[in-house]
Formats: sequence, structure tokens, C-alpha cells
Amino acid sequence: MLEKDSKIMDTIAESNRSVVTGIDEKDIEHWIKISILDREYKVPAGLTIMQAMEFAGYRFIRSCGCRAGFCGACTTVYRIEGDYRLKTAMACQTRVEHGMFLTQIPFTPAERAKYDINKLSPGIEAFLTNYPEILRCLGCNACTKACPQDIDVMEYIAAGKRGDIGLMAELSFDCIMCGLCAIRCPAELAQYNYAQLGRRLHGKYETPVPEHLNTRVKEIADGKYNAELDNLVQTKVEDLRKLYTARDIEKA
Amino acid sequence: MAELKFIGGYPEYMRKHIEAVNRTRLQRKDFTPKAMTMEERDEVLRVHPDYAAGGKRAISLGSNKGDIAPNEVVDLLEAYPLIQGNEIDVNKPDYTVDLLIVGGGLAGTSAAVFANDNGIDKDKILVVNKLRHGDANSIMAEGGTQAADRENDSPARHFLDAIGGGHFTNKPDVLRVLVEDAPLIMKWLCDLGTIIDREEDGTFVEKAGGGTSRRRMHACKDYTGLEELRVIRDEFRSREIPCLEYFPVIEFLTDGNRVTGVVLYNLETGDYKIVQAKATILATGGFGRLHVRGFPTTNHYGATCDGLVLAYRVGAKLRDTDTVQYHPTGAAYPQQIIGLLLTEKLRSMGAQPVNKDGEAFVFPLEPRDVEAASFIRECYVKDKGIVTPTGMRGIWLDTPMIELRNGKGTIEKSFPGMLRMFERFDLDIRKDPVLVFPTLHYQNGGVETDPWGKTNIDGLWVAGEVSGGVHGKNRLMGNSTLDCLVFGRRSGISTAEYLKSNPQHGKLTIDHMNNYVKLLKEAGVDTIRKAPVLLPDYRGKAVLARMIDIF
Repeated sequence: MLEKDSKIMDTIAESNRSVVTGIDEKDIEHWIKISILDREYKVPAGLTIMQAMEFAGYRFIRSCGCRAGFCGACTTVYRIEGDYRLKTAMACQTRVEHGMFLTQIPFTPAERAKYDINKLSPGIEAFLTNYPEILRCLGCNACTKACPQDIDVMEYIAAGKRGDIGLMAELSFDCIMCGLCAIRCPAELAQYNYAQLGRRLHGKYETPVPEHLNTRVKEIADGKYNAELDNLVQTKVEDLRKLYTARDIEKA
Repeated sequence: MAELKFIGGYPEYMRKHIEAVNRTRLQRKDFTPKAMTMEERDEVLRVHPDYAAGGKRAISLGSNKGDIAPNEVVDLLEAYPLIQGNEIDVNKPDYTVDLLIVGGGLAGTSAAVFANDNGIDKDKILVVNKLRHGDANSIMAEGGTQAADRENDSPARHFLDAIGGGHFTNKPDVLRVLVEDAPLIMKWLCDLGTIIDREEDGTFVEKAGGGTSRRRMHACKDYTGLEELRVIRDEFRSREIPCLEYFPVIEFLTDGNRVTGVVLYNLETGDYKIVQAKATILATGGFGRLHVRGFPTTNHYGATCDGLVLAYRVGAKLRDTDTVQYHPTGAAYPQQIIGLLLTEKLRSMGAQPVNKDGEAFVFPLEPRDVEAASFIRECYVKDKGIVTPTGMRGIWLDTPMIELRNGKGTIEKSFPGMLRMFERFDLDIRKDPVLVFPTLHYQNGGVETDPWGKTNIDGLWVAGEVSGGVHGKNRLMGNSTLDCLVFGRRSGISTAEYLKSNPQHGKLTIDHMNNYVKLLKEAGVDTIRKAPVLLPDYRGKAVLARMIDIF
């Protein structure tokens, strides 16, 4: 049985091989041509831009972070051959396409204010103090078009300008701060930094600490759970096991 | 492979299996398989990659000699340093600081903020990152953060859930402070302006997670880690605490006993820098990118075990190195996102694991190792998995059930990140289930600490995933972001206290490294392997075959 279980692991490793160590050329049926920094490469169809660049021989230092669409490191701009439009994407979340001309933007040199969140209030004043340039927004919508998270960037900037911090926070919530909005903005705004300030103002001032949390924090400070925890830390495993098995489970 | 016909993002043959899931959904709406008994858990764990034979060996040298760890980890402990003793001049520090923090995820960033709060001048702190500040596993945390703050819950209950989930191997004193500090951490997050999911009356939305007996999971939609990290990082940046990016640590410096600094390597220009520090907090995260047992991983690009390797060389004690956490629900289809995390919160909100015949075969919220093993058994022992075009097997996670149970629009509201990720590949998780298979997720063990993050080596604290003990041999959902925040805070406070006692800078030497090389030779480790590895290598084989190093 031991041997059988270990064999299962080998089978699993074998079926995962292409993900872990890269695709074998002999297994590739469909190839496409792409251009990385204006140099043509033949790569397997169906990879992400990031995987395709690695296949072509690039080993990332910059422009690669979480590889799952959360960190905003792999900001990419591209055109498709024969199409005049400049498109934007996260390299780890976008399938590579035939005729893609691409480059990456490893860093966004955007202005970021320093502030003490405790000394601000949730409204337009916070922006006029820290980011007065927000008023320069032209309403051109280039930011929204550039956003790889499909966020309505222009709309949250408009909300910020009205002092509607709640709406700004809600609309910008999925922002991964990749900087593409700022790169495309003709008014030279750094939208994603304004949104960060907006979200913190909303979180701090418009959604107060719930009472049940304040109560619990106070109980802990007063030592209400000390005896119980002191006791648990000392409890032997066999008794912990009994306590664990006897727990009632709240319905999910 | 012949040209596949795709319908709604899935190949035609997989569609047939989806129909089986659709057919049984209504019957399953009010049915949940029973949770396993302890005996049943033991039985299924035999096919868990941690418990199945092979894949591990004993460490042959150092403070944990004889302990068992995955081969991939032991390979790095049994590897030679990146630098030779005579290559560098360690005596001219480029940076002299009181507190050095290695790693800028949730643990490292919050440690910096708390050290600053506790009297360490910002210019006496330095945070160094291998990649960008925030490129970390923390930012990818989806499901939530545990804190026992509801009336029917208590820190003691949280303790019991975590220690049971960890198979009663957790270090009790560090687990105690994890659960005791949790509500305090939630309040800190609120005060900084973190947006945490709320009910209409302003109380927190709290969900159950695998192995929790109460609902205590606090989430920020399915961007929990992103929201927590970007808020704390914003605070960090507002305080102008010095921070270096693309500067991995490649070796510690010691005065023989105490950690006194580090050697940094500039990934872009190739030169090194010397940092002298009175206290160092190691917060470098885990090792998913080692692909233990050939598994795909949820981890970020830099999760390569560096911190563990470096700490071991200076003599830090490790624990629970024999277990690795595989998250039950990694994406198994489409090929572009294999291994990526599909949060446990999907199951908390009703998504059921279902086999190829459309049967719900397991209680959806077993502890992670048990749940993962049950998927492997379903696929590879019972042959009830679904085979993908690339030959992987997986089982369905019935996401449309979430909306059947909680109403239309729930997925868009609670899982915008997940919905978007699949839409990018033409899949709609509101209409179709998603295919999942366990994926390498978390380094359970690590460097042993006391409740303040302090290690057995003077001058060295650790926080977050690189530490070991708090989760024992298996971590519960929602305890990792909490771990980072609790021990980030505690190590920040503890180092600040230490620095107030006015310790002096120590000598900078690589004696420990030379000793370790001696140990390697004595242990008969004959290898060209070098560590830390810093980054994985996914370059195409054809290119690698023709690589020459001449420039």
C-alpha cells in the first residue's frame, strides 16, 4: 500500500510536469508569432504573455510578481499587427495572441503624497490638500480604457472631485495599483494613489469600528480570557483532543 | 492533440461532465456530506503528498540534523553559499541602521510601522525587498483573516480550532498570542482605514472556514490580502521609512554568535552592499516556488525558501519542516492559471466539491490537508476525477451553488477577483463549475520563535510564513494573514524594546558561513548546488540549451 501511495504521487507529478518545468517542444501542436521589444519569437499558442516571454528565453527580475493578477507588477502594453489601437494588460493574466507587439512597463514614476490619515477628514479637502491636481481631470476616459481590472477610473475620479468618498472607494476597490491609468492620463494624474487615499478615508471615517469588536478588545485588555487561555496552553494533547472533538459547530 | 471544440470556454468532452453537475445541483442544494471522523481523516490522509511514502529525507547537518523535510528543501539546506569568503569586503557597511527588516509583505511592513510607533526613528529602520515592496504571498490572500470577535466566539475557541486543525502539534505559547491579539489586529486595521466587509448594521460580515467552529473570517471581498497590504504599505510610505527594492539578502553577517548585518545583492547591476544592523527581522515568506513533489503552486514568483536557508546557516532552530500545505482548490483548468488559488471562501459560501458523476463526496470544510487528500483519492484511487486536455485530473467545485443558496449577484459581490480571472479565459463561474486540484500553498513549519518572534539566535527575529510553530503541521484558513500581522506587530515591538537597551553594533564577519561550509564537507555533501536560489527559472528548454555566459 505504501508503494501504491507513493506511485500516485509520481503520477500526479508527471501530469503536472508542463506547469512546473515548462512545456516540451514535442508536445506543442500550435505555434504563433509574437514580437517582444520588436524582435520576433515563435511561441506555443495558449500561454499567457508572461509564460510566452519565459518560453522565449526571458528570465524576469522586474515585471513579474504574484503571477496571479493581484500585484500589478507585470504591466504590459501591446498592439496587434494591423490594428492601430494600443492595448494594455497584465502579462500573467492575458493569453498571448498571434501578431502581438509587446513591451512592459516595469515602473511608474508617479507622485505620491505623504499624509497623516488621523489628521484628515473624508471629503474634497483631503484631495485639495494632498492632490490638488485631481481637478485637472479632462474627463477623456483614457484611464478607464487602460485599466486591466475594468475599473471605471474616470468615474471614481469624478466621485473624488465631488467629495463622494464612499463611491470612490467602492468603484476603485479592485485596484491593483499597476499604474496604467497614470501612464495614459493626458492630465498627468496618478489616479491610483488618489484612490488609495479615498479608500483609507472611507474605511477609517465612514465605516466605524463595530461595537462587538470594541467590546472584545476591551475584554481581552481586562484579562477576561486569561485563565481559560493559561489553562489551554497547559492542557495535555489527549485532553485537547477531547475538547476539540466535543466542540459544537456553528452552521456556516 | 486534435483541434478541440470549445463551448463556453470548455472543450466539448468536459461539457458532458458539467451536465452531470448541473443535473444533480438541485438535489444537492440542501445536502452536505457528513464531516469525517478522526479515523476517516487518518485513512484519507494516506494519499496526501505529505503522508504518502517518498519525497522527503533527513537533514544531514546543522541544528535540525536528523529532522525530516521535503527533498526540495533539504537540497537547499545541503547547498553551498552564493559567495566565497574572499570575494567580498564585509567591513565597510553601506547602510548602518538599528533595525533591518528583510521582506516587505504583511509581516515585514507591519513590523516596520510598529517599530516606528514604539520609538524607533524611521531613519534607523531599513526594509529590503527581493522584488517590489508588496510583491509577496500576502497580497494574494483571498479568503480572510480570523479573529474571534463575535459574542458566541472566544479566543479560547479560536485556539482549540487551530490546534485541532494543526493535529495538536502547534507551539502553544505562540498560538495563544495569535488568538489573543487577533481582535486587536482587526481594530488596528480599521483604524488605519482598511475596508472590511460589513453587514448593513455596521457589524462585520464573518464566514466559516475549513476547521473553524465559529464564523470568524473577516474578508475584504476576495481581495483581503491586497486591501490589508496596500493600506499598511500606504501608512509605511507616508512615514517615509527607508525601503530598498530588488535587493535580496544573500547571506547574514554575524559576530560569531549574534546576527549583526547582511549582504545584499543588487539584482539589476550585480554588485553587493553591506548592511550593519543591531536587530534583524526576517520576514521572507515561504517556498511554494520549489514545487515540492512536482505540484503547481499558488505562491508568488519570489517564494523560494531563501530566509529559511539563511537562518539555518546562522544556527537558527527550525520546526515542523516535515509538512507542507497543499490548498485543496487550486485551478486545474484552463492551462494558463493552473495552480492559482481559488479561495476557501467559495466553499464557505456554498460551493460544493463534486465528482465526475455529479456526486458531492466530501464535507466541504474539512481542514485543508484532509480536504486535499479527499480530492486526490477521488481522482487517483476512485477514478472519479475529470481529465483535462493537458492530462491533469481534477474535481468540480460547483460555484453556481453559491448563487442558488445565497441569491443571484452573490458571486459578483463577493468574488469579483475570481469572476474576473475566469472571464479573462472565457469561463463564467456563475453558470459553470470550475475544475480544481490541490496546489502547493503554504510552508507550515519554519524558524522556531518565542511569542515575540524572537529566535534562538541573538539579534534575529522572524515573522510570518518563514516562522514555524504557530500552525503546527497544518494551518487553517485565515490564520496566515493574521500570523503576519500579529507577529509583524510583536517583532516590531520586541525589537524596539531591545534597541532601547542600547545594544552596540557587532563585528561583521562571515565566520558562520565558513563554518557551515565545513559542516557540509564533513557531512559529505558533494554538490554544485548553491543557495539561496532567489528566483525560479521557467525559461524555455531550447533557449537554455544554448545559453553561454560570456558577458
